[in-house]
Amino acid sequence: MSRLQVVSGKGGTGKTTVAAALALALATEGKRTLLIEVEGRQGIAQLFETEALPYEERKIAVAPGGGEVYALAIDPELALLDYLQMFYKLGSAGRALKKLGAIDFATTIAPGVRDVLLTGKACEAVRRKDKAGRFVYDHVVMDAPPTGRITRFLNVNDEVAGLAKIGPIHNQAQAVMRVLKSAETAVHLVTLLEEMPVQETVDGIAELRAARLPVGRVVVNMVRPQVLDAAELELVRTVPRTALARSLSSAGLGGARRGGNAERLVDPLLAQAEEYAERYALEQEQRSVLGELDLPLHELPLFAEGMDLAGLYELATELRKQGMS
Amino acid sequence: MSPDATPARETDRSSGQPQEAGRRLAPARVLDVDPLLDDPKTRIVVCCGSGGVGKTTTAAALGLRAAERGRKVVVLTIDPARRLAQSMGIDSLDNVPRRVKGTEEDGELYAMMLDMKRTFDEVVEAHADPERAAAILSNPFYQSLSAGFAGTQEYMAMEKLGQLRARDEWDLIVVDTPPSRSALDFLDAPKRLGSFLDGRLIRLLTAPAKLGGRAGMKFLNVGMSMMTGTLGKLLGGQLLKDVQTFVAAMDTTFGGFRTRADATYKLLQAPGTAFLVVAAPERDALREAAYFVERLAAERMPLAGLVLNRVHGSGAGQLSAERAIAAAENLEDARIVDQGEGKAESRNSPETHGSSDPAEPTGVSPGASDGTSAAPSDDTSADSSDDSPAGSPSGSVAESADAVDRVTAGLLRLHAERMQLLAREQRTRDRFTARHPEVAVAEVPALPGDVHDLAGLRDIGDRLADNRRELPEPGA
Repeated sequence: MSRLQVVSGKGGTGKTTVAAALALALATEGKRTLLIEVEGRQGIAQLFETEALPYEERKIAVAPGGGEVYALAIDPELALLDYLQMFYKLGSAGRALKKLGAIDFATTIAPGVRDVLLTGKACEAVRRKDKAGRFVYDHVVMDAPPTGRITRFLNVNDEVAGLAKIGPIHNQAQAVMRVLKSAETAVHLVTLLEEMPVQETVDGIAELRAARLPVGRVVVNMVRPQVLDAAELELVRTVPRTALARSLSSAGLGGARRGGNAERLVDPLLAQAEEYAERYALEQEQRSVLGELDLPLHELPLFAEGMDLAGLYELATELRKQGMS
Repeated sequence: MSPDATPARETDRSSGQPQEAGRRLAPARVLDVDPLLDDPKTRIVVCCGSGGVGKTTTAAALGLRAAERGRKVVVLTIDPARRLAQSMGIDSLDNVPRRVKGTEEDGELYAMMLDMKRTFDEVVEAHADPERAAAILSNPFYQSLSAGFAGTQEYMAMEKLGQLRARDEWDLIVVDTPPSRSALDFLDAPKRLGSFLDGRLIRLLTAPAKLGGRAGMKFLNVGMSMMTGTLGKLLGGQLLKDVQTFVAAMDTTFGGFRTRADATYKLLQAPGTAFLVVAAPERDALREAAYFVERLAAERMPLAGLVLNRVHGSGAGQLSAERAIAAAENLEDARIVDQGEGKAESRNSPETHGSSDPAEPTGVSPGASDGTSAAPSDDTSADSSDDSPAGSPSGSVAESADAVDRVTAGLLRLHAERMQLLAREQRTRDRFTARHPEVAVAEVPALPGDVHDLAGLRDIGDRLADNRRELPEPGA
């Protein structure tokens, strides 16, 4: 099991939710995980129903069996000062840099410095050991940028190492790349059973592989329950409308004759079934596209009432059941 | 904008039919996109919102609609899904507006995809003499910066928008904003770049060239060498030199970058611009949308309204989720009872199936007493002709009736799910409306699949512009 688990996915696929559930799942049985947020949206705090996370590692949940989940929302600006402090003991020079706009520059404009800091912080947490020489975190889960940017994001250190050919930044960048390209890391992609997210997942995996970054698993999120199976859908197409009307009527929904309450339900219900059938066929198609990727595939159910803390624990249990942790 | 072209109008809340309650979200104000698109004073439409809500599709559909309503339109997309580009008949969009074929009504639609690096290169080439331009273009720092690190996409989107507007070749420019971690980056980026390029850091980095030897600058020079020393240690001497060369070249060749960024920013605030916030009726997407609405107001950017994609409807809104589930359970229970007591045939025989037979134990519900019982024999003639489904030529009547009941129960459960979804969407929507009652909303009914061609985009455009209270029959 890789110690750094990076979770990406197209916008709107619920990658933050999956990352949080994975952190919970990995923390069960007395383990400790760190869940890292890099995009400054405070999505983790919302999921765990706590106040906004500061830039510090803090315990946000207890997993079944006594494990602990810590969370960290990385603030790029503070991370840079932190980083400068750690490596160069800059002190007042750091403040001077800030005054000059150098920190702003570095975290928003300069090539990838921001991404270097984010990946660097994650790798630091992965490698951190306590006094007894044990890893502080059993696993680090990163809620990473979306699929469209993930390869570039993870690969930024390669580019930086090429730009800064010598010096501490060069060395740091190379050290980070060693972790990211090793079996210590796994990059998971979250998708929905829809055309565009699946296409993006397929493209994203090709990019990750081309950059020799370790691809982990594909998680299909928000899978809708199957209400009608293929045989039933076939029956819907052949059953006479009057028979449906009678059946609706016998269920207590009014008259089956033309214009009766039950009869008037037939058309809209059939229209909804047709939409369902179309979606069902599309979903099957996307499933087979994902199947061709030859990667472990996981499916997580849709929570119709929206995601909450209880749902998160359910997803964690589901991930454990499916052997993702 | 003339008053009659105001995109938002008050809707008559009382016009909604009572049985449609729960079917259709009832916005306080309805966004009418056609007057907005038709108004010659509307020159720029910016679509913004969080990822995965159909922002790019909305931009393309609006562009097509405006073109087919007689305007010359260019759609500037940023990193569209391949399929969407294909839907406009373009295999690979590049940095040049391409005419989209197959539009109706002689509509002139152009589409382009932002190529960050190309746009940046063009800026350099346009503003520097050839020698200097070559020096900048070959600078390693420049090459990384222009190839799309965080932020560059946003600046270049703004730059391209400014260029397109300046060419004045199109009546309307529809822009889709970059898939940023936050849609707000689009607004922040130019300012940041501007303040950076104007800032002290730049002056410091370029200091060796400009300040060298000047009297009274000694103090600054000391500070500078300390700083460049630190930066050199940090970045490696070569990179610092690259940065310095780059900054010096940029500074001397087009110090007006800030002016340009400011001009584009002002363009966005001008009356000819309309922002559309795009969202789906989901909690997170609408939370981002609310945030964006607030931010636009703070920046005094003109917001036209909210486009709410993928709103679900039902043609059977009169049947609540609870009743649908109860009815499905009735059918399922009846099947179990039937199988146990062997009564299936009699229950489904023409004599007792009658919907309105008062003796029927699972018969008419209290809510359905609409006079159907007055003519119980009406359907029997139709019944006899339809009684044997095509799929069961020789199967027992009981079996096929069971199958029908099973399918009916499935249809009812499907409907219950749909009604629950509607209720959820309405709650989410209401939360947004309560917070921002001033924002006009256009709802776009959900499609079961993705858009593949111009017809699909046109369909989206129709749905977007259609403000009838009644949703089209799903699947119709």
